[in-house]
Amino acid sequence: MSLDRAKPLLLPLALMLAFELWARLTQLQSDSLAPPSAILAALATALADLSIPIATRDTLFAAFAGLAIGSAIGLSLGIAFGISHPLDRLMEVTVEAIRPIPSIALLPIALIALGFGYRMEIVIVAFACVWPMLIMTRSAVRSIEPRLMEVSRALRLSATQRIAKIVIPAALPRIFVAFRLSAGIALIVAVTVEIAINPIGLGAGIMLAQQALRADLMLAYLLWIGVIGYALNILLIAAQRRLFGRAALAGDNP
Amino acid sequence: MNRAAILWRVASILVAAGFIAAWQLIANLHLVSPVFLPGPDRAWAALVRGFSSGDLASKLFGTLEHMAYGWLAASIAGIALGALIGSSRMMRAYVAPSLEFLRPLPVSAIIPVAIAMLGLTQGMALFVIAFGAIWPIMLATIHGFAAVEPRLYEVARSLQMSRAAIIGKIALPSALPDILAGMRLSLTVALILSVVCEILAGLDGLGQWVLLSARAFRSADLFAGVILLGATGYLTSIAVSLVEQRLLAWQAAAR
Repeated sequence: MSLDRAKPLLLPLALMLAFELWARLTQLQSDSLAPPSAILAALATALADLSIPIATRDTLFAAFAGLAIGSAIGLSLGIAFGISHPLDRLMEVTVEAIRPIPSIALLPIALIALGFGYRMEIVIVAFACVWPMLIMTRSAVRSIEPRLMEVSRALRLSATQRIAKIVIPAALPRIFVAFRLSAGIALIVAVTVEIAINPIGLGAGIMLAQQALRADLMLAYLLWIGVIGYALNILLIAAQRRLFGRAALAGDNP
Repeated sequence: MNRAAILWRVASILVAAGFIAAWQLIANLHLVSPVFLPGPDRAWAALVRGFSSGDLASKLFGTLEHMAYGWLAASIAGIALGALIGSSRMMRAYVAPSLEFLRPLPVSAIIPVAIAMLGLTQGMALFVIAFGAIWPIMLATIHGFAAVEPRLYEVARSLQMSRAAIIGKIALPSALPDILAGMRLSLTVALILSVVCEILAGLDGLGQWVLLSARAFRSADLFAGVILLGATGYLTSIAVSLVEQRLLAWQAAAR
């Protein structure tokens, strides 16, 4: 039904229209607010002069590089901990001591060790991505049907063969869910690092717009960051459906 | 805990001690410049010194204060809004999709907007922390309300309960596990945003402490601050878990 499809759009459209009207009627002059038409105009300008596309490239590069490194580490540790129970128990205190450190607290350490730029941002994003990957991979590997492991033993597969042929394929749907969550975290952490301190990317762009008192440009950046986050999420959910169908949904609500 | 579990625990603590010893060794051999990596002895000394002079305690208290106020405000508003949206089919159809759109937004992107509106103030920090922490709680509440066993609602209707009574007596208790899980999740968000706001606005807290230590290349103080932040995250999360177990004891018993 067309009304059902339109329902979700009604509220944001009505709010924007009301805000536009209010801004026009009161001749809004503000450092923090701008009417939607001005925001869209600023967005179009910034897209055309390539300032937003370049910032997007910087942010996504740092986020994805950190995601790749962090999830590779988390994945290998998660598989190791999932397969070997003694190893998991021995590392428990160490992992529980490091995991609760908020990723952003590493920012000053990364800053003095690596300076501004991609490297410090990538390190912090990677640190943040290790943990969800590790924990969810570990539980995915643990919940593999025990009979599969028995088969691998009966076939006398070596450890590497067992991981490549049994463990990873069996745990893959839930590992992808972990990857999807980590990708969201990677983007959030990258933008946060840029806002807090690092002078590159979308986060730095929105801070600069705020300091220049360009409310329209600032809100345009905010809108764009929202669109990027939403698009990334949609893309990964679509990929998950496509690749794994319903198999991955089992891991969504553990 | 039986004996095997205690033995594993001890072994696990020994492994962690081994890592700390390795860290000390690396620092002592100057494999990494001491400007970046102080040994655990120096970090510990800085921690003790900071607490005995009272500096670090007041910073820690500042961070806890930001976190607690923002988180509590977010919890109250999140549960109230979530209950309002979750208990009405109309609100779910019209409002929930907009919320789903906002969910993947990196919340820290709201910080510049908050600075433009409220300046570099405590109020700005509280607004940002509460805004960031509200999402997990509100969405968990909506989800919890939507997932209430339909037969319970039928019972409520046949008892002719009012809407407030349904929310208070049926929906909230059965959504409680979801809500508490959301509150635990948003605690981490609150801590991270507290640190970011303190870094940006120079508010009294551990965020400002670690940044100033880094700027002055006082790496021992810096590591002391990071260790404290880790401890804060760990202990607050354990505290909420304990409350969670306590509040959900009736559910475990019912199963």
